[in-house]
Amino acid sequence: MHSDLTDQYRPGDSLVHRLDPRVKAVGALLLILAASLTPSGAWPAFGLLLLILTGVGLVAGLGPAFAMKRAFVALPFALAALPILFTTPGDSLLRLPILHWPVTAPGIERFGSLLLRMWLAVQSGILLTAATPFADLTWALGELHMPRPLVAIVSFMYRYLFVLADEALRLLRARSARSAALPGRRRPPVVWQGRVAGGMVGSLFLRALERSERVYAAMVARGYDGQVRLLRRFSMSSLDWAALAAGAAAAGLVVLAGHLR
Amino acid sequence: MLLRPEALHIPDGFLTPLVAAVGWALAVLLILTALRQTQRQLGERQVPLMGVLAAFIFAAQAINFPVAAGTSGHLMGGALAAIVLGPWAATLIMTAVIAVQGLLFQDGGLLVMGWNILNMGVFTAFSGYFVYRLVQRVAGSGGAARMAGAFAGAWVSVEVGATATAVELAVSGTSPLSFALPAMAAVHALIGVGEGLITAGALASLTATRPEVVRSGQVAPGRRGAGFVLVGLLAALLVAALSPLASPHPDGLEAVAQAQGFLSSGRSAPFEILPGYLLPSIDNPGVATLAAVGLGTLLVFVVAVIVGRVAARRTIDTK
Repeated sequence: MHSDLTDQYRPGDSLVHRLDPRVKAVGALLLILAASLTPSGAWPAFGLLLLILTGVGLVAGLGPAFAMKRAFVALPFALAALPILFTTPGDSLLRLPILHWPVTAPGIERFGSLLLRMWLAVQSGILLTAATPFADLTWALGELHMPRPLVAIVSFMYRYLFVLADEALRLLRARSARSAALPGRRRPPVVWQGRVAGGMVGSLFLRALERSERVYAAMVARGYDGQVRLLRRFSMSSLDWAALAAGAAAAGLVVLAGHLR
Repeated sequence: MLLRPEALHIPDGFLTPLVAAVGWALAVLLILTALRQTQRQLGERQVPLMGVLAAFIFAAQAINFPVAAGTSGHLMGGALAAIVLGPWAATLIMTAVIAVQGLLFQDGGLLVMGWNILNMGVFTAFSGYFVYRLVQRVAGSGGAARMAGAFAGAWVSVEVGATATAVELAVSGTSPLSFALPAMAAVHALIGVGEGLITAGALASLTATRPEVVRSGQVAPGRRGAGFVLVGLLAALLVAALSPLASPHPDGLEAVAQAQGFLSSGRSAPFEILPGYLLPSIDNPGVATLAAVGLGTLLVFVVAVIVGRVAARRTIDTK
């Protein structure tokens, strides 16, 4: 179960799938940087970036709308930026019915650009994880000089993510099974429910702690000496260098298009 | 659904590249220190222990309970991890959690991940740990004081994380401080109650079943430098919060907002969930809220100490 929980990878044999994961990680970061550097209202630059990302999605065999649709996950956070609709100086286009807050044209431009930046950056991240197995991604981060112990910890976390999520689900199921309620009866107080949830968290913690001890013992039995060694799985081919150059050029082009207006 | 985006995961594009870079620089510094500290205490157990416990925090975030009107109380986990494992180990664990959430689920951006790590990992871990220890020091180390300290620490940790997020958004010009700060602080004052209840409940169950885990204090204590980190980060936060307001030409947003009466209408309208959350005697709403958050934190702390003391006395009386 929960392959959807732990694995965002879409298996495939496309050009994008076969690239060195380092190239994909750096390329995705460059495109996110390009999205962040594009000024408000530079619609052609945003369009160009969307075109590039859609192109990558197509080459990767994920379909044109795959990343676009999934990238809406971060949308709830946009609420935090909503007030710039009203506080950006400019001519007011309309007023909210009851509160009489003015909505200005530059406000809409800023807010829209913010949403686009977020949407495009999330798409870049989605394409990265959809076309790269997570193990390859962590390997690439290690090669790109992220501290080795941290890489190992993140890999371990990924390895045990679904194990502990399943434990948590079993706890939740057990609670539901014991939480029958008669209609019309008052719900138990919040503090009591909080204590129950706390007890579940505590029991989950102990299970995790004991599991980590067993895992460590098993590792020592197999010769673990505190050093995490990784196989060298990829080497940069000329195709990888070309892809890296293309990614950098694309990101540069987007930033350029954003500033040439 | 098991995975829902939390209100504090800043996505890419919401912070300017400069602000994001500052966050990464601070985060890298603290992550490297955390790696060194936990390595010293745990040795070769570091990787399996931290990795599995990071998976634990991720899974524990799915455990929730209904509070009211469709909202639910759930755990962020930074304070709990810091109380049980020590602040440096908690920093490392939360870093792994946020890294996987960002890389794998796009829950929080990649360029802005430095700030997400600071907000949800470092700020929560150090403030929660600090308040927990302080309550124990003042109210004694009995079971009740421990629970009160855990609740207060968890509540404060959420509030500090939310305040920091609001300040970062304001400095980036994404959301005016006069909106973001009261809104974030008020909403998370409620969310913090859920965090506090679960943290105290988890600590109570751990004390009952495996007291040695809690009594030995922490699996990886490492208190060295913890106070400095907290004070330094809070000072940086304060400076950042005041800088755009202290400049002679206030942020364009603020000026317009004031001119158009946005602030006065806003103050009475939707985001004043806790009445009187803004202190009326201070003119600048951002500063007022910051002061109010500080006062609220102090209040929670004092109540926690009193509850801990009274409950401790009662247990002694009945014995």
